[in-house]
Amino acid sequence: MSGFINALVDMFDTATIASIVAGASALLFATMGETISEKAGVINLSVDGSMMLAALAGFVVALQTGSVWLGFPAAAAVGMAAALVVAFGSIRLSLNQVAVGFVLFALCTELSRFLGDSYVGRPGEAVPAWDIPGLSSIPFFGRVLFQHNLIVYLAYVTVVATYLFMYRTRRGLELQGVGERPEAAHARGIAVNRLRYLYTALGGALIGIGGAAFTLDLKLGWSDRPTRNLGWIVLAIVIFGGWHPLRAAFGVLLFGALQAFALNLVPEFPNLAQVLPSIPFPAMILVLVIVNWKALLRWLDRYPFLRAILRSDPPGAIGSRFEVS
Amino acid sequence: MTRSRLNFIVLPALVVLVSVVALLLAAGTNPWEPIRLIIQGSLGWPPFESGSANKVGDTFMVWVPIALASAGLIVTFNAGMWNIGIEGQIIMGAIAAALVAREVSAPRPLLVLLTIVAGAAGGLLWGLLVGILRTAGGVNEIFGGLGLDFVALSLTTYLVIGPWKRPGVASTSGTEIFPADSFLPSVGGTRLSPLAVGITLLAIAGVWLLFRGTMYGLKLKAVGRNRPSSFLMGIPTDRYLLGAFVICGALAGIAGTAQATGFHQKLIPTISGNYGFLAILVVLLARFRPFWVIPISFFFAMIAVGSSSLSLRLNVDPSLGGVLQGVLVLSTIFGLGWAALRAARESPVDDGEVG
Amino acid sequence: MGLELRDIHKRFGPVHANDGISITVETGTLHGLLGENGAGKSTLMKVLSGFHSADSGEIVLDGQTISLASPADAIAAGIGMLHQDPLVFLPFSVIDNFVLASPGSRRLDRRRAAHELAEMCDRYGFRLEPDTPVRLLTVGERQQLEILRLLWLGARVLILDEPTTGISADQRIKLFETLRALAAEGMSVIFVSHKLEEIADLCERVTVMTRGRVVGEADMPVPPQQLVKMMFGQAVEIRDRDHVQLGVPRLALDSVRNASGLLSEEPLSLEVKTGEVIGLAGMEGSGQDVFLRICAGMRAPREGTVTVDGRDLTGRHYRDFLAAKVKYLPAGRLEEGLIDGLTITEHFILTGDRGGFFIDWEAARRLAKDQIDRYSIKGTEASTAGSLSGGNQQRLLLAMLPANLAALLMEHPTRGLDIESADWVWEQLLARRADGTSIVFASADLDELLRYSDRILVFFSGRVIGELEAADTDVEEIGLLIGGRRPGREEAPA
Repeated sequence: MSGFINALVDMFDTATIASIVAGASALLFATMGETISEKAGVINLSVDGSMMLAALAGFVVALQTGSVWLGFPAAAAVGMAAALVVAFGSIRLSLNQVAVGFVLFALCTELSRFLGDSYVGRPGEAVPAWDIPGLSSIPFFGRVLFQHNLIVYLAYVTVVATYLFMYRTRRGLELQGVGERPEAAHARGIAVNRLRYLYTALGGALIGIGGAAFTLDLKLGWSDRPTRNLGWIVLAIVIFGGWHPLRAAFGVLLFGALQAFALNLVPEFPNLAQVLPSIPFPAMILVLVIVNWKALLRWLDRYPFLRAILRSDPPGAIGSRFEVS
Repeated sequence: MTRSRLNFIVLPALVVLVSVVALLLAAGTNPWEPIRLIIQGSLGWPPFESGSANKVGDTFMVWVPIALASAGLIVTFNAGMWNIGIEGQIIMGAIAAALVAREVSAPRPLLVLLTIVAGAAGGLLWGLLVGILRTAGGVNEIFGGLGLDFVALSLTTYLVIGPWKRPGVASTSGTEIFPADSFLPSVGGTRLSPLAVGITLLAIAGVWLLFRGTMYGLKLKAVGRNRPSSFLMGIPTDRYLLGAFVICGALAGIAGTAQATGFHQKLIPTISGNYGFLAILVVLLARFRPFWVIPISFFFAMIAVGSSSLSLRLNVDPSLGGVLQGVLVLSTIFGLGWAALRAARESPVDDGEVG
Repeated sequence: MGLELRDIHKRFGPVHANDGISITVETGTLHGLLGENGAGKSTLMKVLSGFHSADSGEIVLDGQTISLASPADAIAAGIGMLHQDPLVFLPFSVIDNFVLASPGSRRLDRRRAAHELAEMCDRYGFRLEPDTPVRLLTVGERQQLEILRLLWLGARVLILDEPTTGISADQRIKLFETLRALAAEGMSVIFVSHKLEEIADLCERVTVMTRGRVVGEADMPVPPQQLVKMMFGQAVEIRDRDHVQLGVPRLALDSVRNASGLLSEEPLSLEVKTGEVIGLAGMEGSGQDVFLRICAGMRAPREGTVTVDGRDLTGRHYRDFLAAKVKYLPAGRLEEGLIDGLTITEHFILTGDRGGFFIDWEAARRLAKDQIDRYSIKGTEASTAGSLSGGNQQRLLLAMLPANLAALLMEHPTRGLDIESADWVWEQLLARRADGTSIVFASADLDELLRYSDRILVFFSGRVIGELEAADTDVEEIGLLIGGRRPGREEAPA
């Protein structure tokens, strides 16, 4: 018992909080990407693989060019290409989105292992630390929020930008309309499938950047399947976040906190050292399972306020096809 | 019609060939060499030469779990379900089999039988759980299954380094070797177990028969294709969905048993070998036809076994095999989609025949 | 000047939804478009609003041919359409629905838009709160929102597709006032409806459509009887009724009431006797489907009892009804009847299930072949259900019915079939009736209802407003009742 309490107390350490904030960057990018894609109606199930392949692309390009900043556009391009395969398969060829996404996940994963083999263990480029002048010297908050690097700041900017774009701009409203009720969007003169391609690609690019944030910042260098299982967590967090960028971002931080907590537990339960770090994965998905439990939802229906906090509905036309006749 | 059918066989094959050759040339290797090495590594070179018994045995014992899982997945796919939880079902089967192998002492034939039954039960329960989450809880089977995969994975890791660790060392390399009485009986110093191969063939034939000749299979197919219509015909749809998960889970559990008491003869954290996910690719490629599972999963098993020698001999990563599988499946389903699109375009209207 | 549609054709697969339609709408008039379900009115209006693209034909607005490749073109030309089920985004707020896809700056200025919405609300006397989620609005309010939005976008031609379905009497009065005011301002309004008295009430001119064609045009006012004649053709000849002795009640509903919505207002009782045919008339969604589902045991009534052959089955599972030989055939043949991807043989195996484990394919194939011959299904025993035409799907469904049913409940038994197939279907049904099966069917075809029913129940907005002996009534009376108008009365019950 005291072990748990110690581990919990350690969570409130400034360094721990700062590391949770910084460690969220990869998941934040990818979660925003998948949220955008699903909000437009396309489920990109390949995340776990395409994020990995993009992570490799980012790492390799940065290594070859010597510029960490060129790694990110390369990763974005790879993520975008994978997303476009899913979009093409489902929109143009009427294939099952899940089937295409799953096969692409497997292919990208293997491709990243194959192409990345010779890079295992090679030192790579890293995103340089950059404290924000002025802000970083604020007590506590400076350490927690403003003593990281450009990519971490950018991840949070992306969250806010995604939110503002979706809810405060005309284009963002159209994006939501396309995923919610494509016939209605079509009736208003919106080119539904064109926008679906566009936003799936944009989402894929963000997923790719998330991969690069991992290999160029969080856990430098390349190893066998470094981002393994992160993609599945992304898919779970998008649902957990109710397809809302800010809530999804909260989910990412929660996941990070869970991971940190599990790590804190290691010294207390040394014989579980190998198991504890993997606990957040089932925990996160089990939360999702509970949040989706139909009986719970029926109960929540009686408390609209609680329901609004705990749960929101998926975009009305998610995973479906739309054809103009 | 024949032309489009040809397209989706020739096109994917071409895509695979071109992309693999391009990859290998980019990696600076002779494209023929890895193919020869994969065959050599899995069947010997020339195939089945006298010294290759061990390799052939291993290949068969990798084929067993892939083919068993594929047979199970054909059942869930026919019921319209994406059983991503198959990995967890394999793992739970392995754990249950390991439990019996470690804890029970009985005459050998009985013990072997018990491990198989326990494995089937473990996988079955884990599959049933996904099904219950889906039918009673409304939790999408993809996410319920994935969550249970992670749980099963954590559980094996915990067992391997915790309660079942080797005396003195807690290592992810696995538990102690099980008592020899619990091993699946094998032939001639190889790992090849005729019993496992027999069960697998029986399972595939069983699944074939299920959908070829039984009411149960036909109803499963009906439920998978159209739930409202099936309901109106009086079929209890939820019960059939659960049934599909039970059958698939049991077969996956036996696959786990084969992994635990057949191939590794101990429990390791990666006991599923990723064969569940691989089986999903097999089934997509076999287009849900049971007998096609036999050669395709054998091909996949050859790649899995044979490609491990690639890195030693050619400095090419063994994942080349996985790439090959992925490209093959992706180009096949895209080829099929393309053919369907073409067919729809050539005859945009129904034949127009009325009444 | 005005709007002219010239020779519009539109096909969906084998269905010729618009077969050479030409209509002229004068500027500043209220133009009615009248016709039964499936007459092609909605398709035509969707073509006019760019939602569907026409296969051929020409649209001329104020003397200029316009091309409508997408709804964007229609909106730019000033044509706006209010769809029957208003195409709004339910989870979004009123204001978001209002501005979605409107031109303007990148940033979404909700306050300014709310201001403009408030102004428009004032002008037309509507009340809409900008922040309310649209799913909380009534259908009438959703329509108001859509109308304001279309006007705000600068619509000069306003199309309303069955706008009075699902709105209250007050909202309807308000809507009509608004439409009159708009026409007075020079707007062209096309009002699509199947309700006679609304067209009579509102429109200055009317075009009547049947089966994808224009069958009549008239300047209002004209007597409703004349419109009914245009819609449903000349009074049909009543067949010589076979004299089937009505027997004991097989299916009986006693004081049944639904929990909410349709059929919840007043209790409903009905006895269907051996060999009796009951027709359900009314526009789609007036309660017939709910009624049939209650009879079939797919929905338990809140009050009252459902009895089959003297056995009380109220609240029992659908399969108990099936076991009691009550069979329900919904309208969607491929959605709720057949299973696409399974062959004809497999369908016969499923319905002929006698609890065996193995399938006797030889016997099944023989049975399938026999049934294919007997029911003249165009297909082989290996044809999949989806590959059959609509008529053959219906034949297959009838062939799959078990013998000696207590009651057969059907929706639109002949919808989409040619005359020959339709006659054939009824031959089969009457043969079953002669064997003692009670038949209850819903149809939009008055001819069919009159020809085959013994009694007809007319549904109007979720209740039965008329129960008629088929022998003593005619197309006119039913037509008026379907439109919510009791013969000899002025106003329909709300």
